[in-house]
Amino acid sequence: MQFTPLFSKSESVSAIMLKVLFALLPGIALYVWYFGPAILVSITLASLTALGTEALMLRLRGRPVAPFLKDNSALLTAWLLALSIPPLAPWWLVVVGTAFAIAIAKHLYGGLGNNLFNPAMVGYAVLIISFPAQMTHWIAPHGLEQGGMAMSGFSFTQQLEYIFIGVLPGHVSLDAVTMATPLDTLKTHLHLNQPIRQIFDMPIYGRLGGHGSEMVAGGFLLGGLYLLAARIISWHIPVAFLGTLMAIAGVFHLADPAHYAGPLFHWFAGASMLGAFFILTDPVSSPTTSKGRLIFAAGAALLTYLIRVFGGFPDGVAFATLLMNICVPLIVLYTQPPVFGKKDGVSGNKSVDGKP
Amino acid sequence: MTSQEFRDIFYNGVWKQNTGLVQLLGLCPILAVSSSVVNAVSLGLATALVMTLSGAAIAPIRQLVPNEARIPVFILIIAVLVTIVQFTMNAYMYKLYLVLGIFIPLIVTNCIVLARIESFASKNPMLDSALDGLAMGLGLTAVLAVLGGIREIFGHGTLLSGIDMVFGEAAKSWVFTVIPGYHGFLLAILPPGAFITLGMLIAAKNWLNLRAERKLKGANATIVPIEGGCSPAMH
Repeated sequence: MQFTPLFSKSESVSAIMLKVLFALLPGIALYVWYFGPAILVSITLASLTALGTEALMLRLRGRPVAPFLKDNSALLTAWLLALSIPPLAPWWLVVVGTAFAIAIAKHLYGGLGNNLFNPAMVGYAVLIISFPAQMTHWIAPHGLEQGGMAMSGFSFTQQLEYIFIGVLPGHVSLDAVTMATPLDTLKTHLHLNQPIRQIFDMPIYGRLGGHGSEMVAGGFLLGGLYLLAARIISWHIPVAFLGTLMAIAGVFHLADPAHYAGPLFHWFAGASMLGAFFILTDPVSSPTTSKGRLIFAAGAALLTYLIRVFGGFPDGVAFATLLMNICVPLIVLYTQPPVFGKKDGVSGNKSVDGKP
Repeated sequence: MTSQEFRDIFYNGVWKQNTGLVQLLGLCPILAVSSSVVNAVSLGLATALVMTLSGAAIAPIRQLVPNEARIPVFILIIAVLVTIVQFTMNAYMYKLYLVLGIFIPLIVTNCIVLARIESFASKNPMLDSALDGLAMGLGLTAVLAVLGGIREIFGHGTLLSGIDMVFGEAAKSWVFTVIPGYHGFLLAILPPGAFITLGMLIAAKNWLNLRAERKLKGANATIVPIEGGCSPAMH
């Protein structure tokens, strides 16, 4: 029997979260291809920590453990956090971040559906503030072997040895196999008054963003397009975020191309793609109105750009997300759509017959 | 003062109306200096001293001060007492004085001091007022000590660091390393760490109160009505 379109099947949280996790896979696959399998270790560590912390917190709060554990939301938090931090870091880094994200940013605010802030980004903020040194040692990707050696060239056992007991093989120093991110390098060299064209000739830069990392960003873009096609997320947040980022970066780039990187660089460097499709679109901590989503994502893009270009941190997506999370209740309050049939609603005049 | 009154005032100050956990007054110094036990306890004791002295100084003159001018008069008296404490610390604990810095003179503006004067010392006799100030100050010091301890252990992995600022060079060996080879957790030292830890302490106190209440109920009546699986106090 055919139902009218009014009968739509509402999907469970668990199924939605599973689809989002699935959408992350192309990005993760490319990550492994360019930077080695260490990311899989940190994703596993984060997932185990998240499930353990989630179970513990649910027990302490006297809630049923099994149904909430199965909703996959803790797993998504864990994956997003693991993808935001350097994969080749001491094991406790990702464990501390994930436990903080689940226990404090999620459950102390009332659990799934009540958290004001995006838990993964709270975890990231805690880590970047508390452990800046460990948080800035990124693996150099394949093709960027410095002196014939890159961390990604290490065997998997050697990487595991570093993560769990902090031992590097032979005489290799950590600085020799890690590097600053493309965004960070750009900032440092711009401070030295080098023109941008010359900086982008450095081997760590690829065609659009950083060598390797631009492809990973492309993977996240692919996954994000799947989420859009599957109607898991609406178009408002990614379009407003990427559009605003492009507009601001474009204006600065056109005004002074020697000192400001172009919009495509900002799209494919750092966490832009991950943020636009996976982080900002978190259904709990983002606005529920369409207009609100546009404002929310545009604000996040503006803050991201300002923090990246004029701020002190390597990337701005996390702090921009947290700052805009605070504004969500206000945004939602002022973007309530007009009541159907009323000419003057909260959001102003709306023509009845569709003509302007 | 009867011993019952004495006990009431003391219990009120240290636990029931605790400045740090219940009244939430004077949060600025609580959050700013509680990054280590020594700093926290030092400022707590300095505040307790000022509160005791100001209670004792203001209660006897409470009938002489015109109601309209009471706030400036009280503030002046508190300021004199704080200046005495400040100069004493400057003279005998110079290093600690440097560490606590602006927060010693700021005791004058700490709302908890004026709040106790206004709500207690301006209505009660001298001995009661001095005791109230002392109890409130000790309650604050206790919270500061726990807060400072937790933040110091999580932030630096030590306890009592900086004790030599109070007891001289010989006390350096008293510093207790809780977690050897600790990386440090900067968040615990920064203001967010203070807010999060204070929130946990408040939750812990509420939980203790709730448990005591339940025990009392359980002793009085065997059947406790439960609605929807959890007690109303949980909401």
